[in-house]
Amino acid sequence: MKEQLEAIRNEAEAALQTCTDAKQLDAIRVQYLGKKGALTAILKQMGKLSAEERPVMGQLANAVRTDIESAISKQQKTIAEAELTQKLQSETLDITLPGKQKKIGGLHPLTIVENEIKEIFLGMGFSVADGPEVEYDYYNFEALNLPPDHPARDTQDTFYITDNILLRTQTSSVQVHVMEQQKPPIRVISPGRVFRSDAIDATHSPLFHQVEGLVVDKGITMADLKGTLELLMQRLYGEDCKIRLRPHHFPFTEPSAEVDVMCYNCYGKGCRLCKGEGYIELLGAGMVHPKVLEGCGIDSNVYSGFAFGLGLERIVMRRYNIQDMRLLFENDYRFLEQF
Amino acid sequence: MNLSMKWLSDYVTLDTTVKDFCAAMTMSGSKVEVATEEGSEIKNVVVGKLLSVVPHENSDHLVVCQVDVGQEQPIQIVTGAPNVKAGDVVPVALCGAELPNGVKIKKGKLRGVESNGMLCSLGELGLTVHDFPYAIADGIFIIQEDCQIGQDIHEAIGLNDTSVEFEITSNRPDCLSVTGLAREAAATYHVPLHIPQPQFKGIEGNIQEELHVEIANKEKCPRYAAGIVKNVKIAPSPRWMRERLRASGVRPINNLVDITNYVMLEFGQPMHAFDLRYVKDGQIVVRNAAEGEFITTLDGVTRALSPEMLVIADAEKPIAVAGVMGGEYSGIMEDTNTVVFESAYFEPVQVRRTAKKLGMRTDASARYEKGLDPEGCLRTLERAFELVELLGAGEPVRTHIDLNYNEKQRNRIPFDPDWINAFLGTEISRESMCETMKMLEIEVDGDTCISPSFRIDLERPADLAEEVARIYGYNNIPSTVIKGVANASLTPKQKFRRTLENATVAVGCYGILTYSFISPKYFDKIGLPADSNLRKTVVISNPLGEDTSVMRTTTLPSMLETLSLNYKNRNAAVALYEIGKEYLPTGTDTLPLEPDRLTIGMYGEDTDFFTLKGMVETILETAGLHDCTYQACKAETPFAETCALHPGRSAVIYKDETPIGYLGEVHPTVQKNYDIGTRTYVAKLLIDEMQPLAETEITYQPLPKFPAITRDLSLVCADEVPVGVLQSAMKKAVGNILEQITLFDVYKGEQIASGMKSVSFSIRMRSHEGTLTDEQADAAMKRVLKALQEHGATLRA
Repeated sequence: MKEQLEAIRNEAEAALQTCTDAKQLDAIRVQYLGKKGALTAILKQMGKLSAEERPVMGQLANAVRTDIESAISKQQKTIAEAELTQKLQSETLDITLPGKQKKIGGLHPLTIVENEIKEIFLGMGFSVADGPEVEYDYYNFEALNLPPDHPARDTQDTFYITDNILLRTQTSSVQVHVMEQQKPPIRVISPGRVFRSDAIDATHSPLFHQVEGLVVDKGITMADLKGTLELLMQRLYGEDCKIRLRPHHFPFTEPSAEVDVMCYNCYGKGCRLCKGEGYIELLGAGMVHPKVLEGCGIDSNVYSGFAFGLGLERIVMRRYNIQDMRLLFENDYRFLEQF
Repeated sequence: MNLSMKWLSDYVTLDTTVKDFCAAMTMSGSKVEVATEEGSEIKNVVVGKLLSVVPHENSDHLVVCQVDVGQEQPIQIVTGAPNVKAGDVVPVALCGAELPNGVKIKKGKLRGVESNGMLCSLGELGLTVHDFPYAIADGIFIIQEDCQIGQDIHEAIGLNDTSVEFEITSNRPDCLSVTGLAREAAATYHVPLHIPQPQFKGIEGNIQEELHVEIANKEKCPRYAAGIVKNVKIAPSPRWMRERLRASGVRPINNLVDITNYVMLEFGQPMHAFDLRYVKDGQIVVRNAAEGEFITTLDGVTRALSPEMLVIADAEKPIAVAGVMGGEYSGIMEDTNTVVFESAYFEPVQVRRTAKKLGMRTDASARYEKGLDPEGCLRTLERAFELVELLGAGEPVRTHIDLNYNEKQRNRIPFDPDWINAFLGTEISRESMCETMKMLEIEVDGDTCISPSFRIDLERPADLAEEVARIYGYNNIPSTVIKGVANASLTPKQKFRRTLENATVAVGCYGILTYSFISPKYFDKIGLPADSNLRKTVVISNPLGEDTSVMRTTTLPSMLETLSLNYKNRNAAVALYEIGKEYLPTGTDTLPLEPDRLTIGMYGEDTDFFTLKGMVETILETAGLHDCTYQACKAETPFAETCALHPGRSAVIYKDETPIGYLGEVHPTVQKNYDIGTRTYVAKLLIDEMQPLAETEITYQPLPKFPAITRDLSLVCADEVPVGVLQSAMKKAVGNILEQITLFDVYKGEQIASGMKSVSFSIRMRSHEGTLTDEQADAAMKRVLKALQEHGATLRA
């Protein structure tokens, strides 16, 4: 009987060696360990053995069973691994085929930069104000120290609706609304559309965008204006960006300045891009004129402030190297898709 | 303002390069546009003397010249010019020379005879006979200047000035003059300024006998100075004066006219010269024009005057429009013997309005309208007399008329260096500030500054701060951070707008920006009825053209135009959106409403009505507008522009009872009007109306503890019954255990009677109190079937 048991073990192990799939494996298990299997058949003969032999054979039979079982489970693992390997191999994809894209759209480049500027100023504690685009002469001119017949009105070719109502030529009109509605401290920016009767060409558009800024509080200085604009430009153009203030004249600020940013192409040396100047004109700014403050009911002896206005198109065109402003308002899909 | 650097050096001595001068002046407030070196395009042209001129052997119109150009040997030049003879001194362009018209001179042969250069005319040097009145226009420039043979032409004929063009802002009319810029230059470089007082001898005479001046409108003309020059000799001005005028961009005419222009450039004060013969009775009256009066101005145009205009009149008629332009025959002529010089101050707004109304901006009016120095009139007159004597152009009568009703006081401004430092954020010493004031001729009297009469812009302490700052240097001011704390966030409306925009981008749309003004014809293009309210627009009174003449009352045409352009540009599929305003009039004297709209437009092979509807649904859900309903467009639509949509493929969107927008396929006729050759889809959402309806607060709902029961239902009903109606009936019938109804099939065709359709739903129910029983679900389905029967829907067999 011992020989028989040994033989079953050897046979089973040999069979397992050649077994390559789960079905065959199952057949082997049934063949040797099943109810009608070889091992069971042997065990049925146990009764015929002597009392001394019985436990010895029992032990041996159990050992054989355990051996076969573990051999099966080992083989099972091997087969599963082989099958998995095969499955993985058979499922190999040409990963250079294109992906299934989820098409999302995009913001207009002017909106992208406007949002960026809003974020910068929100971070500095500025809120965002809106104002009407069709505006009274008073808010666009008069309250900004540009009375009727002021020669500076000539420089802004204005679209008029009536003698008294016009399309705002500058977002500065929002300054007055804000100061009428809100007591200092004021920190606000106001982005929006402005209109001037310029014929459409590569650098002019009758409609363009400005971002106005206004700060009014006790003790606001021109140095604060400089610091704020420097911060803005460094965020927009990088930490090594330098600006320069040039005296200028705006009726609603005193002192007034035009602000140039150092040419990012030549770093101030002068090149074709900046027309040899080394700097590129970017925005107008200044200390809010006392007449403007007083017109809005703010005591200019107690409060001071600064204001600035920057043209969005110019920044956008420089950033993306867009040569023709018309592209921004033509809205060709092939243009829009690039942002 | 073009500044001659040579002229500038009369008043201030600068040890600097032109480049540095331009940079320094710009940084102290006088912005330089460009500096132009005179004759910089001329290279290698020298003075030559013709030694001999002999006929060309092979030509009857060419001559061969031997020219001494200061070299060892004379050079041979062939020319066709008829006006040269031996002994003439001429400009010679040597081989390798460059001329302003781009010509480069090379060695060559003319009809077989060698020519080693070119003799130049005035034109070839970029000059005209106004620059050298003794020369002729169509021939070689025969030089009559004191110069050396071989000398560079620039030096020889005074073509060596530099003209610097300044952009002068409207608050600084005093800088529209050489002396004004000299003052700025002196302050910028901290060097002394020297402007001499004019000196003239004059002749005896009683001006009152020959000229009587009266100011009828003293408010508009507070000062009028006049003088007489007798025995006038009209001749060209001397070269130095012509050179300076040329560098200043003014054409030389004759000595008297040039003198008036010269003093205007020098001091900024326009001057007018009248021929006394044409001043009837020697009477000058400064008065308002009479109704119906006319004047023919110097440019030969006859102009109607109106009573608000100020004129200079003689005993009979206007002879000049005050501060704008003189009348015909009033000026200097060849045979003029006695002239009247006028140097007056006219009120700026008066001049501006008159010039604007007459449609003529002159150099004089541009100056007057900015506000000149009323105290400068007399000095200018005296300077003109000085020049008349210097040029030998006539004999000024020593006495002159000066009517001065000017009551304007110089501004007294509080001067507080501490305040200025606090305002600028600087630490500039009082001494340094006083020095700046002195350079700018602002008088410091203790704690008061007195502005000079030519600085009309100085009124307040802030103006003084600017003077200090610009001379100190804006870029020397430190940079600081605003003190104090400030909090800021977007308003709920701004946040809502951003959420909407992000959702719109997320569903695949690209942002566009279109003009706010449109053509009134666009209303026809979208088929808007003639009586539609949307045709009542805010109209621009001075538009660029009809295409941009009215403010849009609907954003739809702008979107359709953009889609049309994209289609024309062969973009196969596009999805676009615009967030922009409409402008809805409220009355003639009031501002329009400017509501924000989200407009979507798209076309493309894979696009249909439900593509757009799905996008709109996603956007609305994302923005917190849940359970919006869609109603087919009816005749009494809340949106007139839905006439542009396909009547069977469009809908108005409601949130509860409020219409918040529309969507649909563009009407085939409209699509054709826009030359779009494919089905096109548009939607518009009213951002301002939606925002208060949006649920922005999110409350967490516990995840379900109990299982759901799902029942599928296939119904048959009449084709015209909208699925939406069935859905809301089912919703009501199931009640609060309803979790979701999903439509999974709509079928028409075989096995379904014609005029009918089969619709299949999946209904998911769940209770939060406990596990639903089959009985509960069955009861709910019973209620559903009963409710559906009311709409003629039955279970599909």
